[in-house]
Amino acid sequence: MIEIENVHKSFGALEVLKGIDLTVEKGEVVSVIGGSGSGKSTLLTCINGLEPINTGRIVVDGTEVHAASTDLNRLRRKIGIVFQQFNAFPHLTVLENVTLALRKVLGKSRGEAEEIAARQLGHVGLGDKLKVYPGRLSGGQQQRMAIARALAMSPDYILFDEVTSALDPQLVGEVLDTLKLLAEEGMTMICVTHEMNFARDVSHRVAFFHKGVMAEIGAPDQIFGAPERPETREFLSNVR
Amino acid sequence: MFNYTFQWRQAFRALPEMLDGALVTLQIAVLSMLIGMTFAVILAVARNSASRWLRAPATAWVEVARNTPALFQIYMAHFGLGSFGIYLSPFAALLAGIAFNNAGYLSETFRGALRAIPDTQIRAGRSLGMGQAQAFRLIVMPQMLRISFLPTMNQTVWAILMTSLGVTVGMNTDLAGVTQDLNARSFRTFEFFALAAVIYYVIAKAVMLASRLAAWRMFRY
Amino acid sequence: MFDTSLTLNDVWFMLKGAGVTLAVTAFAVTGGTVLGLLFGVIRSQVRPWITLPLIFVLDIFRSVPLLIQLILANALQAIAGFQISPFVTSCIVLALYTSAYCTEIVRGAIEAVPKVTRRAARSLGMTWGQDMTQIVFPMALRVGLPSWIGLTLGVMKDSALILWLGLIELLRASQILVTRLQEPMFILLVAGAIYFALSFPIARFGAHLERRWQEND
Repeated sequence: MIEIENVHKSFGALEVLKGIDLTVEKGEVVSVIGGSGSGKSTLLTCINGLEPINTGRIVVDGTEVHAASTDLNRLRRKIGIVFQQFNAFPHLTVLENVTLALRKVLGKSRGEAEEIAARQLGHVGLGDKLKVYPGRLSGGQQQRMAIARALAMSPDYILFDEVTSALDPQLVGEVLDTLKLLAEEGMTMICVTHEMNFARDVSHRVAFFHKGVMAEIGAPDQIFGAPERPETREFLSNVR
Repeated sequence: MFNYTFQWRQAFRALPEMLDGALVTLQIAVLSMLIGMTFAVILAVARNSASRWLRAPATAWVEVARNTPALFQIYMAHFGLGSFGIYLSPFAALLAGIAFNNAGYLSETFRGALRAIPDTQIRAGRSLGMGQAQAFRLIVMPQMLRISFLPTMNQTVWAILMTSLGVTVGMNTDLAGVTQDLNARSFRTFEFFALAAVIYYVIAKAVMLASRLAAWRMFRY
Repeated sequence: MFDTSLTLNDVWFMLKGAGVTLAVTAFAVTGGTVLGLLFGVIRSQVRPWITLPLIFVLDIFRSVPLLIQLILANALQAIAGFQISPFVTSCIVLALYTSAYCTEIVRGAIEAVPKVTRRAARSLGMTWGQDMTQIVFPMALRVGLPSWIGLTLGVMKDSALILWLGLIELLRASQILVTRLQEPMFILLVAGAIYFALSFPIARFGAHLERRWQEND
C-alpha cells in the first residue's frame, strides 16, 4: 500500500505539489491525468525518493520514503518506474539492459538473470531482440524494453510517467497494450498519462491534478461521465 | 655538398639495442596513460563538484598542464622538487611529468564526454535500486570511455612522442635515450636518429591502427 | 621561498629567453600557416590519391617526436654544409611541424562548409575563386580559427625543445639560472608563470570564440 499524506514539494519558489493526499491499495491501477505543470509527474519521482519532499510523508508498505533511516536503494527495488524518455542504456544490449540491475543490485547469477530477463522481454514482445543494441530499436520497442527492465526486478508497484508521450502516434498502441496486460495480471500501478481512453478502460480510479492539487478522484465512469469540478470538466472538454 | 658517407650498417647493428629502448618508451607511455587516466577521472569529477575546495585545485592542475610546456612539467618533477629535497630519477621524473600532462588534457576530454551523457541515465540507474557510485560506474563510465576512446588513444600517441623528452633530464634507457647514447659514442647523429624516427613513426601508426580496430570491435552500438 | 637571490638582471635574462621563444613561435606559425593554407586547400580540392605523397610527408611531422625532428634537421644541415644557424634551423623545423597540423585544420574547416552553400554560390554565377574568397574562407575561418589559436599556443609550448640545439629560450634560460642559484623550484615557477601568462589569456579567448560562434549557428 502506498500512502501519500499532505505532501508539499517546491522547486525553489515554485510550489508544484500543494498538499497531496492519496492512498493506493495493492492490486489497484490509478491513472493520474491533468495539464502540464500540474505536478503529476513530480509526484511519481517523490514516491520512489528520486526527489525529496518539503513536508508531509509518503509511506510504502509501512516504510516512510523520505525518512533519513530509509535505505532508498533497497526500497526502490520494490517500486519500479518507467520514464517518458525511455532511458535505455545505449552501451548494453537489450538483454544486458535488463540483466544489469538483476546481477549488480539483486546479486543474481548471470544465468538466472538472463533467464528472468528473457522471460520478461518475451512478455513485452521483444523475445527476438535480445542481442540487439537499443539504438537499433524503435521508440516503442525501447519503451517496452524499459518496462521489461522495471518488471524484471519483480517490483510490488510500478510507476509509469507519461510513457507514451515521446512516441510516434503509430507506436503508442503497442506500449499501451503492454500496460493493459500488466493491469490484467493484477500489478499495482500508478500511471501518469495523457491517454484518456487508456485511463478510462484500464484504471480502477482516475485522479485529476490541477495546479499542484488533486482536484478530483473517482471511478473512471464518474470522472469521465459526470465530473464534479469545473476544472475537470474544462480539462476533459479540451482533450477530447 | 655531401662529402659525408652515410654509415647505415652501424646504425642497423644497434637496432636490437634501440628496440629494447622502444620497449621502455612504450612502458613509460602506457604507465603514464594509466596514471593519467586515473587522475583525469578524479579531476573531471572534482571540477564538476559543488565544493570550491575540490574545484579550485583541480582547475589549477588542468590549466597548468595545458598552458605550460610538457618539458617544463618534466623539469618541475626533475629539478623543481629538488627544492624540497625530493630527487626523482630521470625515469620517475619523466613518468610523473607525462602523467601530469596526460591527466590535464584527458580530464577535459572526460568532462566533455560526461556532459554528453544525460542526467536521466543516472536517474534510470537509481530507480533500479543502484547507488550513486554504482550507477556512475556501471552506466556512466562505460559510455564516457566510449565517447572519449579515440581522443584518449590520440593522447597515448602524444604520450609516446613526449617520452623522447626524457633525454633532456638524463634518461638513457628509452628509445631517445639509447639513441643519444649511441650518438655520443659514434657521432653518427643522423643515421641513429633517422632510425629512431622510423621506429617512433611505426609505433605511433601501430597504436593508431590498433585503436581503430579495437574501437570497431568493442563498440558495436 | 621569496627569500631569493634572483636579481632583476636574472629576470631580464629570463625575459630575453621568453623573447626568443616568442620570436621562434612567430616565425614558425607565420611560415607554417602559409604552407598550411596552401596544403589545406590542395587537400580539400584535389583527389586524395594525387595528394597521397603530401599526406604521407605531413603525417611524418605529426608522428615523429619534435625533438628527433630538430636533431635530424640540425645533423642534416651540418652534413650538407649549409651552415644554417640553430635559430633558423629551429624556425624551419617548427614551421614544417606547424604546417602539418595547420593543413588538417584548414582542410577540416573547408570541408565543414556545406556543399549546398557552395553550389548556391556557383549557381549565382560566381567563379571558383570568388566562391573560395567570398563564401568558403569566411565560413571556414569561424570553424578553423579556434583550432588555429590552439595550434599556435601548442607551438609556443613545443618551442621549448629548441634548447637542445643550444638556443637560450625561456626554459633554457631558467635552467642556467637554476644551475647558478640552486633555487630550482622558485625559478621554474617564475618560468612557468611566464609561459602561463602568455598562453592562458589567449587560450581563454579561443575557447570564448568557439563558444560564441557555436551559439550563433
